[in-house]
Amino acid sequence: MNAVTSDVLLSAREISVRFGGVLAVNKVSFDVRRGEVFTLIGPNGAGKTTVFNLISRIYTPTSGEITYEGISLTQRPAHEVASLGIARTFQNIELFEHASVLQNLLIGRHTHRRTGFWQDMFFTGAARKAAVDDRERVERVIEFLDLQHHRDTMIAGLPYGVRKVVELARALCAEPKLLLLDEPSSGLNVEETEDMVFWIDDIRREFGITVLMVEHDMSLVSKVSDRVLAMNQGEVLALGEPAEVQAHPGVVEAYLGSTQDLSSLRRPGS
Amino acid sequence: MRFIFKTSYEQDVKLAKHGGHVLWYGLLMVGLLLSPWLLPEYWLAQLTFVLIYSVVGLGLMLLAGYTGLFSIGHAAFLGVGAYSEAVLTNLGVPFPISLAVAAGASALVGVVVGLPALRVKGMYLGISTMAFGFIVAEVFARWESLTGGNAGMHVKAPGIGGWKLESGTEFYFLCLAVTVVSTLVILNLLRSPTGRAFVAIRDSEISAQSMGIHLARYKTMSFAISAALAGLGGALYAHMIKFLSPDQFDIVQSIDLLLMVVIGGLGSVHGAFLGAIFLITMPQFITLAKDFLPDVIGQAPGLKAAIYGAVLIAFVLFEPLGLYGRWLKMRTFFEIFPFYRKGMFKRQKSFQKSDRLR
Repeated sequence: MNAVTSDVLLSAREISVRFGGVLAVNKVSFDVRRGEVFTLIGPNGAGKTTVFNLISRIYTPTSGEITYEGISLTQRPAHEVASLGIARTFQNIELFEHASVLQNLLIGRHTHRRTGFWQDMFFTGAARKAAVDDRERVERVIEFLDLQHHRDTMIAGLPYGVRKVVELARALCAEPKLLLLDEPSSGLNVEETEDMVFWIDDIRREFGITVLMVEHDMSLVSKVSDRVLAMNQGEVLALGEPAEVQAHPGVVEAYLGSTQDLSSLRRPGS
Repeated sequence: MRFIFKTSYEQDVKLAKHGGHVLWYGLLMVGLLLSPWLLPEYWLAQLTFVLIYSVVGLGLMLLAGYTGLFSIGHAAFLGVGAYSEAVLTNLGVPFPISLAVAAGASALVGVVVGLPALRVKGMYLGISTMAFGFIVAEVFARWESLTGGNAGMHVKAPGIGGWKLESGTEFYFLCLAVTVVSTLVILNLLRSPTGRAFVAIRDSEISAQSMGIHLARYKTMSFAISAALAGLGGALYAHMIKFLSPDQFDIVQSIDLLLMVVIGGLGSVHGAFLGAIFLITMPQFITLAKDFLPDVIGQAPGLKAAIYGAVLIAFVLFEPLGLYGRWLKMRTFFEIFPFYRKGMFKRQKSFQKSDRLR
């Protein structure tokens, strides 16, 4: 691995978050290297999405530190995360329902806006130029993800699979350095999942965007990921290459359970 | 059916999407410019009212229809604008300045009211704006040195230098100019990043935030613009009515305004205008209908309120998209005749949302 890919873009140090009596994430540490596809796996309730929400600052960690390009994310409000170059998608799709695909993608470019309120209000030359410019950039993403057909359709009328792609497109329109994908293949059929594999690979290769994702589909994970972090009940189980992690006894046990030893299922002290 | 062939991005940004728009809105404009000579005095006054309420409606549409924040205290902004205008005009301030000050004062009040909007949502925001409406109405009644209290105050005709806009026609053109400018401002905002940020907040706050939209800033901005337009409308309203009293800006007025945008069709600029037409012409029709109704119904007190209520319920039940939605359906029916299907505009159940995050 060369020097460029090995330097760290995002680093989580011993992050924990507690909701009342539930310790959702417990002292999780990991580094995401620049240019890699890093995947979080784990059974339901393992705390993967919570980690995402910590990075995009929807939650604040109870303890621990997240740094991105040397900046401490825990000090930043949620709306500033995007302008640092972090874009995300949501597990259950959070698109702007009553707007067209194009408008959704243009909102993705919000962090790149160059006009102020007064310029917008009178639609000055600068605002007009920015509007055309934004459309040009958005069109590249539309072409990349084959969304031409749906450009002016309202989100409310689109099938689930297309919405998933639109959400990916909206994140790409922000031209991020780090892309957070929360279960990109959930709800997609086999063919759409194959497209997703191809796209994630291309996003990393052509745009040089680092991808951090949560995913359950193991075939997708092993096809695109450079490294995998397995979590269970808020803790790190294993970290390494996809094959290594899949073979890790702790991971197998977390997913399938174990016939020999049931002690891990018991609470300590009981 | 019309297919628009787009060949440049400029075309996508334009306000008039095709020749039909230019033709029909051009004709509408010509009609509006000629109406002082075409309409009798009474109907010109009604048309002036429609324009005034349209300006207020545009503001409320931006807030309720595009940003998803409901205000049940909008009459307060109308009142702030009206009283500012009245006080300034009576002091002899020229109308371009007094109108700007009235809008500015309302916007300022809007920012103050917008502050709770950052913390509360939905019905709770409605309640807090309603409470604010009561407070402002009370201030109008008690601040007698400025507003004349419950005895009311007279408003002079707007003027600049030696020129006074005393006739209905002159004032009509002032209202028309203000309406056109306000409409263009709203349309411009809606096709730019600012307007898209409002829509984003309406549809999903969580993802708007993740897209880098500063929720507090944009919500406050929406409140300020909305209040400014209500204040501007209020200023014109003061000149139209010529006499202000606190009871003109009570809860009933606020509900009328909300009714206007809901019936017009939330989330469409056309809706603001259609709602204003409805709000102004409905009482006329009720008066006309009274002659044909038996006295028990026709002369019953509260007939107007009952009909308004019934109409609102009917719209919420059968046409949530409002008058503009109805028009869209009719147009689509004819455009694609005979292929219109009943369910074409039916809203799909939205897929599960991550409510857990809220």
